[in-house]
Amino acid sequence: MDVIHTDVLVIGGGLAGLRAALGARKRGQKVIILSLVPPKRSHSAAAQGGMQASLGNTAKGAGDNEDIHFEDTVRGSDWGADQEVARMFVHTAPKAVRELAAWGVPWNRVQAGPRDVIIDSQRVTLTEPEAAHGLITARDFGGTKKWRTCYVSDGTGHAMLYAVSDRTIAEGIPVHERMEAVSLIHDGERCYGAIVRNLISGKLLAYVARATCIATGGFGRIYQSTTNAVINEGIGAAIALETGVVPLANMEAVQFHPTAIFPAGILVTEGCRGDGGLLRDVDGHRFMPDYEPEKKELASRDVVSRRMEAHIRSGKGASNRFGEHLWLDITLLGEAHINGKLREVKEICQHFLGIDPAKQWIPVRPAQHYSMGGIRTDAHGAARGLSGLFACGEAACWDLHGFNRLGGNSVAETVVAGMIVGEAIADFCATPEGDMHVSTALVRDCREQENARFADIATSRGQESASVLMQRMQAIMSEKVGIVRNGDDLTVAVDELKNLLLRSRQIGLRSSAPGANPELTTAWRVQKMLKLALCVAYGALQRSESRGAHFREDYPRRDDAQWLKRTLAFWRDPEQRVPTLEYENLDVRHMELPPGWRG
Amino acid sequence: MISILRRKNDTQPTRRLCIQVLRHNPADAASVPHLQAFEIAEAEGMTLFIALNEIRATQDPSLQFDFVCRAGICGSCAMLIDGRPGLACRTLTRDLGTTITLAPLPFFELIGDLSVNTGKWMRGTSERLQTWIHSSAQTDLDALEAPMEPELAEAIYELDRCIECGCCIAGCGTAQMREKFVGAVGLNKIARFRLDPRDDRSNDDFYELIGDDDGVFGCMSLLGCHDVCPKQLPLQTQIAYLRRKMAVIGLA
Repeated sequence: MDVIHTDVLVIGGGLAGLRAALGARKRGQKVIILSLVPPKRSHSAAAQGGMQASLGNTAKGAGDNEDIHFEDTVRGSDWGADQEVARMFVHTAPKAVRELAAWGVPWNRVQAGPRDVIIDSQRVTLTEPEAAHGLITARDFGGTKKWRTCYVSDGTGHAMLYAVSDRTIAEGIPVHERMEAVSLIHDGERCYGAIVRNLISGKLLAYVARATCIATGGFGRIYQSTTNAVINEGIGAAIALETGVVPLANMEAVQFHPTAIFPAGILVTEGCRGDGGLLRDVDGHRFMPDYEPEKKELASRDVVSRRMEAHIRSGKGASNRFGEHLWLDITLLGEAHINGKLREVKEICQHFLGIDPAKQWIPVRPAQHYSMGGIRTDAHGAARGLSGLFACGEAACWDLHGFNRLGGNSVAETVVAGMIVGEAIADFCATPEGDMHVSTALVRDCREQENARFADIATSRGQESASVLMQRMQAIMSEKVGIVRNGDDLTVAVDELKNLLLRSRQIGLRSSAPGANPELTTAWRVQKMLKLALCVAYGALQRSESRGAHFREDYPRRDDAQWLKRTLAFWRDPEQRVPTLEYENLDVRHMELPPGWRG
Repeated sequence: MISILRRKNDTQPTRRLCIQVLRHNPADAASVPHLQAFEIAEAEGMTLFIALNEIRATQDPSLQFDFVCRAGICGSCAMLIDGRPGLACRTLTRDLGTTITLAPLPFFELIGDLSVNTGKWMRGTSERLQTWIHSSAQTDLDALEAPMEPELAEAIYELDRCIECGCCIAGCGTAQMREKFVGAVGLNKIARFRLDPRDDRSNDDFYELIGDDDGVFGCMSLLGCHDVCPKQLPLQTQIAYLRRKMAVIGLA
């Protein structure tokens, strides 16, 4: 049997995984990173607009500090966030930006003197301080009191990912590419690594590790309309769930981004609105000030998405042959600004819509964008339920974002969590707990079990098609578990998803190509994705309140008396058809900022 | 009102597309490279990402290809589209004829059908050219960051935009003859780090990395790389400039 031994196994080669790996490596641990794709192709690269850190270098960032960033983050989360984590995060974010600068990220810089910007559709002249010339600059994003989002044009994630990935190459950390972790090796108490499938040969290997860290990102692909990359299928979270002992937290907290191009669902950054872009309806009317007179287009994402959907429902949507949408107007920013600071947006508009955003409006509609929920961990990334298992980044729920994440806080979270969790992993490896006594029989059994699962699918004579089930699941999630939810729709969604889960056991393959047959891969994954979809839909059905991105039209108010708590979803019995939900209270007595009005 | 899509005239019938794919599965000893044709109905706004996924879902589930971001930013899906290297995800079928021929990117190790192992080659090149900031300075994360001229940061980003898709290598004459040639992707990275004041390396150091025929002197200035780069990086200027700088070191 092929067994690979290491101190630390990091599953996922995006920003969070790479940064955690660097932290553990620096402390002398032997680290291997697994990645579905070459790490520079990870979805981190798609983060466009920037990363929040309270450097306060610019005129509109003057006076910014960790406290204000903390308050914005907690308010944005609708008080769902863990405030201890939020504190740690805002404290570490400026350090992370500077570390990245040292590693080569070409952050845009402050140009001293006057400059013209667009604020609330007016041209305004700002004067940047002389003393800040050449320091890291920032742009405005939704839900923030200060201009705090550090950026590299609109390719921030790309620049960060390349710098951090190059750093792992410099440190000689191996990345085993085109590898997918298919189950965790564990005995119900401790995690010993993972069973891994080679996506070229289709063969299974065992990676035995003292510490295992899941950093596989979000699960947006359970939705039909999503900004997420095709690899964001949530398999890392699913294999944690399938241990039966590790819970997924707040899975019903799903973010929809206001400005995905319609109908392709490709993101155009919040920076478009941060830099002064406007939302318009079928009449060309700027409608956001009607709903949100104070923050307008720059209210938090859940609010803007909800207002947009409501505006479309009121009959004010523009339409094309694919359906209804609204317009994003950045023509007022001018060609020079778009060519310099929004060039990815320009390319996307050119290639996918055939328009020039300096001259024409962009058709947009909200699409699934981010998973606030994920593998429940403590404030240092240790997973609940299994010793030796860690998680960080979007795959995890240490709970920085609660029920709504602020724009610019996700790429920031990836590197900050990587810094903190990487240290925690190294600490763990240095303790007696970090030592490991693993049974070779356990490793063999885990691999045999997975082998059998793949063989069962490959040889099944079932009549169901994996791609048909996948598409149906995605349609249900977008139609019934989307931006506006209600009990009736959610009940229907849960019932149909349960049915799909049963049907997914009857998938038959039409092809038997040697190597990693893509049809087999899809068939295997859809069974896992359906469990995640059920965690989202069932959690949403049970939560009879509205909080952040979870909006129930039949329970439109936040209900702190009943629901100031975090959902934990377990899948203890492989045969169960909905997750077992438990709840943990958020303790108001430990909150620095007690629940209040979001503003 | 603003027209959003280059709308097809409604009176025109939907096109039937014939998509020919050069197929081969190295994992299958019996596999012989061959062109296989798939017929599909064109849809409005259809990209090769949509077309290939439809073929896989409805006609041949064993078809292999690589997409990740499907937004033209990750570089996974480079392939030969009617013989020219390009990103499949952002190629609209309406810009192509009714018969479209797709082949895997040449030069790179074939995984199967349209899937090639660019990642392995890029990592190897990165190790060889040491494409990271070399600095002996200790960074104090609690101190104000070192300032940088705004224009310089933008100039570095201009070269940092490479997405390692491999199109430049596929379009390169030298790479066809010289297996170890670092190509435009490699030379552009050297240009990027050479421009960056945070990197301590000197021209002499860079000469050690690219001062030979597998490096900047291997380039024949055919500039296929420049023509096919999906990010429109200024490869022509950068390679010419780098060659001049390296020649000075070589002659010294």
